[in-house]
Amino acid sequence: MSTGKIVVGGHEVAHHYASAEQEFETSKLGLWTFLATEILMFGGLFVGYAIFHSLYPDMFAEGATHLNWRFGTANTAILIISSFTMVLSIYFAQKNKCKMSAHMLMITFICGAIFMAIKYHEYMHKFELGLYPGSYFSYTHAHHGNLALYFSFYFLMTGLHGFHVLIGMGLIFWLWRRARKNEFNADYYTPLEVVGLFWHLVDIIWIYLFPLLYLIG
Amino acid sequence: MIEGSHHIVPLKHYVAVLVALLCFTVLTVAVAKPATGFDVGHWNTALAMAISSVKAGLVAAIFMHLKYDSKVYLAIFVISLFFMAVLFAFCAIDIFARVNELSTL
Repeated sequence: MSTGKIVVGGHEVAHHYASAEQEFETSKLGLWTFLATEILMFGGLFVGYAIFHSLYPDMFAEGATHLNWRFGTANTAILIISSFTMVLSIYFAQKNKCKMSAHMLMITFICGAIFMAIKYHEYMHKFELGLYPGSYFSYTHAHHGNLALYFSFYFLMTGLHGFHVLIGMGLIFWLWRRARKNEFNADYYTPLEVVGLFWHLVDIIWIYLFPLLYLIG
Repeated sequence: MIEGSHHIVPLKHYVAVLVALLCFTVLTVAVAKPATGFDVGHWNTALAMAISSVKAGLVAAIFMHLKYDSKVYLAIFVISLFFMAVLFAFCAIDIFARVNELSTL
């Protein structure tokens, strides 16, 4: 039983932990539990998509023709690269290369911003055509009577995902500011690790959303 | 914590995963009907989901360190997927096992 403060890698371990390692493992356990709730939240949308896709395959095929797969492919590549740079940020922290770790966080942040810029461009194009979700749908050249339902799925799934990207960007920016002050190193990089896990899950969700929305016709 | 007590994955593994993920992205576009006209009916969906699952598996195993970490995290991940499957199963049973009956009253 320790009585004094434990300081590891410039970070003071919270008093209710026996060691820095225990604190690290506990943080990860908490974050993984949160990721499980995230998977279940998106899971509801994925299950809804699967059910309605099997009921109205023609409607989803028509909806997919309104999306540009080139934008989807670009965004997929950008998110994959951002996951890679996020991982590198942790790698460089583990090697005590603090500057490189901070640079990788900034690249990750910029990738997130490019992703959102492309998404914004896509959304604006849909709005111009009247391709709104649900009862707001005002596109007049739809062949399928239920095409509005496709765009309900499109905007709910990509919207909830985009919201996660924005939150992830905010967290990564916060990490970048801390990394510039050399707060992370081989002995303490818990915030990098847990935000990284969140960012990778957001990437995994997009890896499924991309073919489901853009490519399956 | 003793310095270096965490498993550090070699850089070349991360690079290999990045290259694999980008290659699978090209592959999934190459076998998509809207992009290249590749048409194998229902198999298009199965193929796209299979490729996505391989990509997601790579991200989870290497980028999220599930391959190297305590199996507790893997258990949480798998359990959440299991309960998503339960949700799907009950919804599918409900929707596809309905019998349309017209009232004769």
